Amino acid sequence: MADVRNGIATRAGAIILAPVGWLANVFDAPLRMLQRRTGSNGMAVFFLAPNMLVFGIFVLFPLVINILYSMTGGGALFLGDRTFVGADQYGRLFSCGSYLDPKSCTEDLFWIAVWNTLAFVVLQVAMMVAVALVTALVLNRELRARSFWRAVFFFPVLLSPVVVGLIWRWILQRQGLLNLMVFEAGGTPVNWLVERNWAFAATIMVSVWAHVGFYALILLAGLQAIPKDLYEAAEMDGTRPMRVFWRITLPLLAPNLLVVLVLTLIRAVQIFDEVYVLTGGGPGTSTLFLTQYIYEVGFASMLRNPGLASAASILMGAVLVVLTLIQLSIARRNEQRGKMR
Amino acid sequence: MRMNSIILGLSAGLLSSTAFAGDVRVMWYSDGVEGEVIQDLLNRFMKDNPDINVILDNVAYKVVQEQLPVELEAGRGPDIARVTNIKELADHWLDLTPVVADPAYWQTNFGDQFDWMRPDGSKIIPGFMTQITLTGGFVNKTLFEQAGVPIPADTATWDEWVDAAGKVQQSQQLNAAFAIDRSGHRISAANISYGANYIGADRLPAPIDAGTKAFAEKLVNWVADGRMNKEIWVSASGTTYRAGADDFINGQIAYYYSGSWQVANLASKIGKNFDWVATGSPCGTAACTGMPGGAALVAVKYTKNAAEVGKVMDFLGREDIMREFTERTLFLPAHKGVFAGKIDYKTDDENVKASLEAFLKASGKIAPNAAALPAWKWGTPVYGALVTRISQVMAGELKLDEAFVRIDEDIKAQVAEASK
Repeated sequence: MADVRNGIATRAGAIILAPVGWLANVFDAPLRMLQRRTGSNGMAVFFLAPNMLVFGIFVLFPLVINILYSMTGGGALFLGDRTFVGADQYGRLFSCGSYLDPKSCTEDLFWIAVWNTLAFVVLQVAMMVAVALVTALVLNRELRARSFWRAVFFFPVLLSPVVVGLIWRWILQRQGLLNLMVFEAGGTPVNWLVERNWAFAATIMVSVWAHVGFYALILLAGLQAIPKDLYEAAEMDGTRPMRVFWRITLPLLAPNLLVVLVLTLIRAVQIFDEVYVLTGGGPGTSTLFLTQYIYEVGFASMLRNPGLASAASILMGAVLVVLTLIQLSIARRNEQRGKMR
Repeated sequence: MRMNSIILGLSAGLLSSTAFAGDVRVMWYSDGVEGEVIQDLLNRFMKDNPDINVILDNVAYKVVQEQLPVELEAGRGPDIARVTNIKELADHWLDLTPVVADPAYWQTNFGDQFDWMRPDGSKIIPGFMTQITLTGGFVNKTLFEQAGVPIPADTATWDEWVDAAGKVQQSQQLNAAFAIDRSGHRISAANISYGANYIGADRLPAPIDAGTKAFAEKLVNWVADGRMNKEIWVSASGTTYRAGADDFINGQIAYYYSGSWQVANLASKIGKNFDWVATGSPCGTAACTGMPGGAALVAVKYTKNAAEVGKVMDFLGREDIMREFTERTLFLPAHKGVFAGKIDYKTDDENVKASLEAFLKASGKIAPNAAALPAWKWGTPVYGALVTRISQVMAGELKLDEAFVRIDEDIKAQVAEASK
């Protein structure tokens, strides 16, 4: 029976792959000729060129344009019509009595956004990694209906950030679901989205809720890649569960944790959509983050200032580049350490 | 044969996406039913003018606000557009003088608002206002009656209105007494009622004055004492717009300050739940004014079909067509002849009829400082700075004096940037 199934699968595979083989034959001769002319390096360039072209058009070119915009001023929209102002926009962003006191800065809203983003990154990343880890550990156990629970945690990841923002706005607003429950339980309803600390906490909680499934999945994959015999050996040695976690699970999960940490960090710095829908940056400016500041300055206000918005986005991009380089450096060091072992 | 098929295929593709000579493309956004009304009117036009194909692109308001300016800067865009940021984009409008049948008719009936739409000093005919809007208050009559509080008179001040709404709040145990939309345009009506003037002698923004400061202080105090709904202004940052209509519709506030464009929205959502009516604008120490504004239908100067655009605009600007548009959409008319004549709004809702009457009456009390603002190009940065900074005061992030300094700095910076 198994032989029959294998035979069918082989035949089906051959039918599906037949066009690929045919295409390979068609391109074989010209590619060989190209290789003879350009050598192996030339072939590498040939195969990388389409990707580099797309990267150039959609990443490098806009980046260069953005840098140029950041050195211009004026009300015109098109680069050619704008006035060159050099580093004035950066000067405006950095014009401060004290960077710790946004009120002393010319662009006070920029620095409010910077400090808010920093606080958000620290708290949200810590919470995201912790919750993702706990979720992955739980989902890795022999649970009843494990696939169902995995789907439940992953489902919010599939939702549009706008939907996430709206759902939670309806829950957290003054007459929302949460206050109804608080009221029914005999408590005093709280204006969750109007009180500064609660609103800030809500942005963290909602972003964790929306994305934790994705990061938990990465960690779950890491957990499942840990050889079972290590746990069996630890069990035979009578090692306590916490010690197993610290000595086996965590070290072997470190590469995945690092990926989660860096991805969470980058995403936290870029936070915008769900928070914009949920709080609009309020109350006051307590949940005004960098991306919203850039959006408002560059697009939302009627008198747009693309120069200032571009300068702020370049600074934010620089922070992200630094974070990515740190991640690459740590990843490389871990890799080398692994090889030495 | 194969080549012919390819050409045919390509042609079919192009046909579906490209406007022909003779096509007139209209970019339109809707707040209520006006999209359906205008389509109906345009269908009638096309029946009488089979050689002109008018394509109505119904888009979201955000598209008009954020994408249309980019298209116009690139020298493209629709042939006709319905816009509210009329003055800021004034350089892109077509002069209809050579393409409309009777420029004098346009001048007579729409001329009062031409300066709202064209660059300073220009004499072009850029289009017409599809409707005039006017800011004003709405009162929940049922809540006032239940509380036994008399509705303030036409000449009542902001303080008297808030006091009366506050009594209703206490009696009916409401979360707040009243709300004002989170918009610099809305509070400007009140600022001007307290004597504010935004326009300096050089036509640039003047430093904010005692009138603006007086009302801003009141507003902050009303939030602090719980009479004004804190959520509307405090729960967002920057220039984000928030309307208080939902709280009024749900019967959670006794008084709501917004504008005439809300009439159709309130009518459809409140239905028979309670009685309500528009009340014009409360008084300050200097006036009892609302802020005029509205949406305009303008022709874009990059059109390749100016003659056809002229015919469409002539049709839509006709007195009988404007009257029908006004009556079906429940808007305030911009057409002088329609305004002067009898308007038979197509609704059975007495609240709506009374409200529109109130707005028509209030439109005769617009203060000169308010009337000047739609034709002034720096209104937007002033409105934006007011909202951003006053909200910060309400949230406890700034003191009022600090906010006033910031408002002036913000406006100055934006003017300097735009003037580079």
